[in-house]
Amino acid sequence: MLSIKNLRVSIEGKEILKGINLEVRPGEVHAIMGPNGTGKSTLAAVIAGRDIFEVEEGEIVFNGKNLLEMPVEDRASEGIFLSFQYPVEIPGVSITNFMRTAVNEQRKYHGLDPMPANEFLTKMEEKKRMLDIHAKLANRSVNEGFSGGEKKKNEIFQLAMLEPTLAILDETDSGLDIDALKVVANGVNKLRRPDNAFLVITHYQRLLEYIVPDIVHVLFDGRIVRSGGKELAMELEEKGYEWIRSEA
Amino acid sequence: MLKLFDERIATYALSDSPEVITGRREAIAEFARAGFPHTKLEKWRNTDLGRVLNNGFTFPLAPLAADVDLEEIFRCEVPGFDTYMVAQLNGWFIERGNKLAQASQGVVVCSMEEAFEKHADLIAVHYGKYTRVNNNSLSALNTALARDGVFIYVPDNVEVNEIVQIVNLVQSAYPVFVQPRNLVILGKNSSLRLVHCDDSVDDQVGFINSVSEVVLSENARLDHYKLQNKNDRSALINNVFFHLEAGANLSTNAISLNGGLIRNEVYVRLNGRGSHADILGVYLMDRDQHIDNQVFVDHAVPDCTSNELFKGILDDQASGVFNGHILVRKDAQRTNAYQNNKNILISDKAVIDSKPFLEIYADDVKCSHGATVGQLDSEAMFYLRSRGISADNARMLLMYAFAAEIVNKISIPKLKLRIDDLVKKRLRGELSICDQCVLHCNSREQKVSFEIDMSKI
Repeated sequence: MLSIKNLRVSIEGKEILKGINLEVRPGEVHAIMGPNGTGKSTLAAVIAGRDIFEVEEGEIVFNGKNLLEMPVEDRASEGIFLSFQYPVEIPGVSITNFMRTAVNEQRKYHGLDPMPANEFLTKMEEKKRMLDIHAKLANRSVNEGFSGGEKKKNEIFQLAMLEPTLAILDETDSGLDIDALKVVANGVNKLRRPDNAFLVITHYQRLLEYIVPDIVHVLFDGRIVRSGGKELAMELEEKGYEWIRSEA
Repeated sequence: MLKLFDERIATYALSDSPEVITGRREAIAEFARAGFPHTKLEKWRNTDLGRVLNNGFTFPLAPLAADVDLEEIFRCEVPGFDTYMVAQLNGWFIERGNKLAQASQGVVVCSMEEAFEKHADLIAVHYGKYTRVNNNSLSALNTALARDGVFIYVPDNVEVNEIVQIVNLVQSAYPVFVQPRNLVILGKNSSLRLVHCDDSVDDQVGFINSVSEVVLSENARLDHYKLQNKNDRSALINNVFFHLEAGANLSTNAISLNGGLIRNEVYVRLNGRGSHADILGVYLMDRDQHIDNQVFVDHAVPDCTSNELFKGILDDQASGVFNGHILVRKDAQRTNAYQNNKNILISDKAVIDSKPFLEIYADDVKCSHGATVGQLDSEAMFYLRSRGISADNARMLLMYAFAAEIVNKISIPKLKLRIDDLVKKRLRGELSICDQCVLHCNSREQKVSFEIDMSKI
């Protein structure tokens, strides 16, 4: 589904990613772990299409298509979703309007008519119920005045609405208390299907107790230095990143 | 022009009292001294009237409604937005024969001419008493030459239920220079909702030099909107002088959607304890349009509050000026005064000159001011696009959201919907100057919700 080969990325002349290789197949959950500042969020942003980064070398192919040649919005319509580490507040844009616009633009990309309003609202209610989100989202501005937990729940809500084939969760656990973490993790687990995949980026092993990964990668200094099963996360938790540092 | 004034003064306004005539003579003397504002004056540094004044103008000294089809102009009303509408054409009040429901309670909406005849007592007390003629030569010119306009009087303790709408139209085969003069008097504990629209009917050059005096007696409430949708060849100078007595509450909101050159000068005198003013504005300018908002808030007495927020989006070569001046006089303790001007420049060529200014002589006050100029937030753009929203639509959503902060403060729900609709159309580029007044024409095809229907963009 996602195939990254020898990806080298820099920002303002500084190389951040130094040759990433990654294969994600349908149905898999991959975790990317690593200390701060090793390029985890950069990897997420480059897949989603953030243009402040310079791709020096390598390729990202998604379902047979070259992602690097696609604008951000087309990547989204092709099925990439990024849950932001710091979701942006957008005063004046209601969540309903935001999501309806997004859903319909993605439908348009696939040659479909806009979703009828009532069908859309039903879908919103359905997803809220599924994710155990009780707040009255509809009329609130996107992320405006939201707590950290609410922002992350809102990301998962958007994920549920847009039904991507590859969801990248960038430090979704950061700043969450245990209850919010459970809501987020349960949401993700309910959204897992044989035909979609998740890339979970996290600093801590804690989230992976709730979202159990198939494969764990350790990113260090711009490279994936180790990959393994879910035990790798445990091992990291036990030994700390110093262990990787000494090995790398 | 000065010669014209001398020739005509004797016969100019038959109903003028000696005092008004004296006022006219003083005002024309002031205008003769100062002349038209020019860019060497600090307050006019970035607004150049020269490009408009290069036209030969005609001063309509009498109504010229003969070739105007009023029925056509008033053909349609806003669905669901019923107002008591009065109109001025080229500065002249048009008698439409409609009656205000609360006329029996003493509410008066009539032409200035009529007011001079029938309400001489109110004119004597208020007319010309709030206008600054010194250092404002255009107000001086208006004071000297004004013949007609709208007069509104609300007696004590009367709440006017109908929304009063003034539509100021310019339509002429040749360039006209018009001087509308309005006076609004709100008695104690009264309230009024007033919508003041400035529209072009055609694309002819027009120069409107309007002066309005608005008095809020004790505990009066005024909800005031200026809606400006002029053609690109027009100039609109709007001087509004608000005078608030104790406990009075003013909200004034200037919504500028189109216009070659618009300058709104708002003067707010907080003259009685506990009075409050919200002074709001939003402007959406493009091409070579120019918008200039000048706000002067005079905290003359203690315990008053004022809140200014102006937001604007400028595209293409459009230019803007914001000049906010808060004066807190020595005795005006416990003043709360806020001022903010936020701008988004869409193109590299658009410019804004924003100057917030506080002048404080009291020591127990809370004041703040701020001004921002920026582009659309790139983080927000990325966020929206990462959900599949195209760059163009993401930009439009963000511009709309930016303007919505002001639109959402409109407290008349149906007007809010209408303005919301107009802002969307404006941002989609569908609303250049219509050939008809936008507020009461353009019937809506379907119900408008609070959302942007992106499928229509």
